[in-house]
Amino acid sequence: MATTTAVPNTPVKKLSRRSFFRVSAIAGGGMLLAYYMEPVTKVFAQRGPQAPLLPVSFIKIAPDGIATIIAKNPEEGQGVKAMLPMLIAEELDVDWKDVRIEQGDVDAAKYGSQVAGGSTATPNNWIPMQQVGAGARQMLIMAAAQTWSVPEAECTTASGRVMHAASGKSLGYGELAAKAATLAPPDPSSLKLKDKKDYKIIGTTVKGVDNAKIVTGQPQYGIDFELPGMLYAVYQKCPTYGGKPVSANLDEIKAMPGVKYAFLVQGGTNLTELVGGVAVVADTWYHANMARKNLKVQWDEGPTASQSSKGFADAAEAFSKQTPQATLRTDGDFDGTIQSAAKVVEAAYSYPFISHVPLEPQNCTAHYQDGKLELWAPSQTPQAGLQVAARTIGVDPSAITMHQFRIGGGFGRRLTNDYVAEVSWIAKQVPAPVKLLWTREDDMQHDFYRPGGFHYLKGGVDASGKLVAWHNHFVSYGNNGRFVASADLGADEFPARFIPNLSVQYSLIPCGIPTGAMRAPRSNAIAFVFQSFIDELAHAAGKDPLQFRLDLMDNQPLAATSGGGGRGPGPEFVASRMQGVLREVRKNSGWGTKTLAKGRGMGLGCHFSHLGYFAAVADLQVSPDKKIKVNKIWIVGDIGSQVINPGPAENLSQGAAIEGMSHIMGYEITFEKGAAVQSNFVEVQPVRMNQAAPEIQIDFLVTEYSPTGLGEPALPP
Amino acid sequence: MPYKLIVNGKTTTVDAPADMPMLWVLRDMLNLKGTKYGCGIGMCGACTIHLRGQAVRACQTHVSEAAGVPVTTIEGLSSDGEHPCQLAWQEIDVPQCGYCQAGQIMSASAMLAKNPKPTDKDIDAQMAGNICRCGTYLRIRRAIHRAAEMATAAKTAPSRNGHGN
Repeated sequence: MATTTAVPNTPVKKLSRRSFFRVSAIAGGGMLLAYYMEPVTKVFAQRGPQAPLLPVSFIKIAPDGIATIIAKNPEEGQGVKAMLPMLIAEELDVDWKDVRIEQGDVDAAKYGSQVAGGSTATPNNWIPMQQVGAGARQMLIMAAAQTWSVPEAECTTASGRVMHAASGKSLGYGELAAKAATLAPPDPSSLKLKDKKDYKIIGTTVKGVDNAKIVTGQPQYGIDFELPGMLYAVYQKCPTYGGKPVSANLDEIKAMPGVKYAFLVQGGTNLTELVGGVAVVADTWYHANMARKNLKVQWDEGPTASQSSKGFADAAEAFSKQTPQATLRTDGDFDGTIQSAAKVVEAAYSYPFISHVPLEPQNCTAHYQDGKLELWAPSQTPQAGLQVAARTIGVDPSAITMHQFRIGGGFGRRLTNDYVAEVSWIAKQVPAPVKLLWTREDDMQHDFYRPGGFHYLKGGVDASGKLVAWHNHFVSYGNNGRFVASADLGADEFPARFIPNLSVQYSLIPCGIPTGAMRAPRSNAIAFVFQSFIDELAHAAGKDPLQFRLDLMDNQPLAATSGGGGRGPGPEFVASRMQGVLREVRKNSGWGTKTLAKGRGMGLGCHFSHLGYFAAVADLQVSPDKKIKVNKIWIVGDIGSQVINPGPAENLSQGAAIEGMSHIMGYEITFEKGAAVQSNFVEVQPVRMNQAAPEIQIDFLVTEYSPTGLGEPALPP
Repeated sequence: MPYKLIVNGKTTTVDAPADMPMLWVLRDMLNLKGTKYGCGIGMCGACTIHLRGQAVRACQTHVSEAAGVPVTTIEGLSSDGEHPCQLAWQEIDVPQCGYCQAGQIMSASAMLAKNPKPTDKDIDAQMAGNICRCGTYLRIRRAIHRAAEMATAAKTAPSRNGHGN
């Protein structure tokens, strides 16, 4: 992913000179405030259009004063549908009870970037969303001041009203909206945002805005969407990645109950878009799926059929004995230092490919008519999805309209829009709206997996117990000298920069398995490996593992070699923030102060990713039959000066800890003949109620840094 | 083949193959979308419904087995969205993505109907069949205890919500 601009670690960001407001009246006498801004960061820039100007429109105020605020980003359980509107409502100065939330459609011109990924929503929108609210408030003040012929400076606002203390006059926003809409908007840089002490909404818990619908089973997910006359599709791809259909018993399938269409799709070579397969379209999904069970396809499996997990492991073993193919980073003199080290530790770590397994299987509805395509898509990158659809069926993006839904889990799976491509193609062949729904088996066997990896590590501590040398031969996956998606390692990844003699090298195993970002990409694997090895080195040094980490971060950091920008440590990594969360979790968990029974112990991890600092301590028990039970987990995070929505932040962080357990315990996917072996929640098991840690205590350190995201950085430790 | 179904107190007839799972009958024939598809093999619990008050997986229940038997889905758990589980789930703010929660509530409500004061161990045992991919288990547990409290407090009331019994 291309990351071009680091988020500055300063409490206040400057707005672009090109930012400006636009207003227009809307039907019903309300007001529509549009606001143009530049993105603070351009994470995922390669996935969607990023014009230099991004127009956004967000607020409608009805005559009765109810403020409807657009939630622009995809909601996948991370709570963004409440969080971004909270920022607007705070500065608009309305009571939350008078706010209604509407999910925005997919419209880059109107809303700017609409992405659920990279924990970017907070750092990218913290100031701009507040300025949207503050700009609207200022225009309402201007309208009131003109109405009363008083200076704007004498007017104040509270709870959706403008007041003039001297005259005792006051008007509700609903009464002022029509007039406000006719006024020239203020320069956003002239707007003074609230002091933290005056917050009424930010920092209070706003519960999930769709909770009432969720608990009563109202339709709101992509899978629930229906159109009159809609048909249902299933799509069979070659189990071996990149394979193509040669022929299929289509006539037999077409004769089955309810089946309307069955056809081969040739597809292309890009696994993230349309790949070859067989589409079956029927009057119900049940019929389509039943017919599919009788499908006989002859496949051209292609070159990936020669790949397997066993082959990957053998290749890694062979690489581990050879000179690495390339060097990622060199500091000081590893070879010389390790010779004279007081203690040397060697270890090999590996982790498997894992599947995202969102509970709502991939689906998308499409209607192609008169050269235009309408899509209803649960996607984390809907704007990119729209582009994929346009490429797939050969229409201009302007011919596509796309609607968003609440998403039944993303975790990075829905960053890729392959299912959007499939349904777009199918819809173009069929004279009716079509809903494509994957089976669980499709979802698990055609994922973009978190890639596995192998780390061959060697480290040394000196006589005083200081970590002085570190070598890693990282055996990962890649083709033609390039890492496959999400299989790379940042050159500044901790503990790099803090060890004077360090060498990180890598070798790449050829890989045709589709890979992609999974919640806290790279970090979700690296943290486990590096934190475990740091523990081993601490034990060798005879040091307390927590103090060992604190001491390591006291070192003056060596120069960062990457641009940073949020994915992993770069120039923006502040060691004192990590030390802060480590000290806090030491205190909260009673680390090092407890005498634990035999078979019971405490473990520790810390990791920086996506601009967030997290440390975790777990109280674990190993039963006589070698089963590990987690009694309690303490987590401390530093995501800056403000946790915007504390209740959901706790929920999300607890979920991250439980997901981390699932990664380690249950999500492994293995491959034979270039195809996934596991297919459903029999071989792949998310952590269940009876396995989850019964207590997970979440605390946040408040620091002076600008607020940043939470969904990803909470996971790795 | 036509089957007479009694879903959420309403009688209706559907024409479906005998082995068609109730999951798809409910979702695509009766337009009750609250019952969710997650795995199709009874391993995730997202499609949990009540059959004669028992929590069952709709993906593993053929339409022929459900014919003539009272079926309750999340849409019919209460007439007003005020079953103690529905209230407690909102009060505790349980959902993240929310996709599994209808199934969680249907499993929990069936348990509470038989065991009004479940222990943590009871909850572990009863709820282990319902996956929450987002990991909201701690809040689900709290919400079940809270719903139990609410139900106990309301016990003197003459009418009960839902079709759980």
